[in-house]
Amino acid sequence: MIKARIVVTLKTGVLDPQGKAIEAALKSFGIQDVGSVRQGKVFDVEIKGDDPAQAENTLKTACEKLLANTVVEDYSIEIA
Amino acid sequence: MRAAVVVFPGSNRDADVTRALRLAGAEVVTVWHADGELPAGTDLAVLPGGFSYGDYLRCGAIAGRAAAMNAVRAHAARGGLVLGICNGFQILCESGLLPGVLMRNVDRRFICHRQMLRVERTDTCFTRSYARHQVIDVCVAHGEGNYFADAETITRLEGEGRVAFRYSDAAGELTVDANRNGSLNSIAGIYSDKLNVLGMMPHPENFVEDLIGGTDGRGLFESLAA
Repeated sequence: MIKARIVVTLKTGVLDPQGKAIEAALKSFGIQDVGSVRQGKVFDVEIKGDDPAQAENTLKTACEKLLANTVVEDYSIEIA
Repeated sequence: MRAAVVVFPGSNRDADVTRALRLAGAEVVTVWHADGELPAGTDLAVLPGGFSYGDYLRCGAIAGRAAAMNAVRAHAARGGLVLGICNGFQILCESGLLPGVLMRNVDRRFICHRQMLRVERTDTCFTRSYARHQVIDVCVAHGEGNYFADAETITRLEGEGRVAFRYSDAAGELTVDANRNGSLNSIAGIYSDKLNVLGMMPHPENFVEDLIGGTDGRGLFESLAA
């Protein structure tokens, strides 16, 4: 079994109202050093088998088909 | 006109749109999301509003890949008509049938109010009962209706006349106040390149009878059933 982490984030330049709200909340809690916040998603996925190259291909397919909307989101795959 | 309303787990406007279609004279059947085919003779596939799959992952993301959507995609490729309202518009974008994406509303709030729309063209199967630049009074109810696409896509949509409706004020002016969700170019609905697929955030099916406050939504269903 291969463990992997997929991180999906909004592309640069795409407006992120949730990130903005979180940024404002952090500042309102007195955490003034916060510059900006962008919100993303993390998926921890287990892949059957033990071939990292094959697992990466499988995960790429998963990202392209469902996990990320590539119109507005980028993704990265990290294999443990 | 034979319409097939596709129901996903979490759809909740299927009965309203069915009623609006029947009032206009259409014959309506319901199709379950797991069905891989539309009934023979379907002219129009409808993706109703709601919260398919609880809006998990992204609005419309999971529904956009459901078995019924393969059938809807094939129907659209044959030139069949497809209408997606609200969550249905999100599903059309996620399925690749329409370009762009519906992002979180710019002010982060779920909005639910009466909304004026400007009808951009009237030479399509969806809007022929309206007049050009007619302002219609319908409503919106969504948290993710902020239409976004890259600059190239927006230029193409505008150049090809594929904007169906825009958020406007009562005079048809495209004011910032009228565009509450922050959509680019005040876009409330768009067509596919062959004008046979329409996705729109507002709810015309809510306003088809005087009893419930207005009838401006009727024109869309009458256009389709004509």
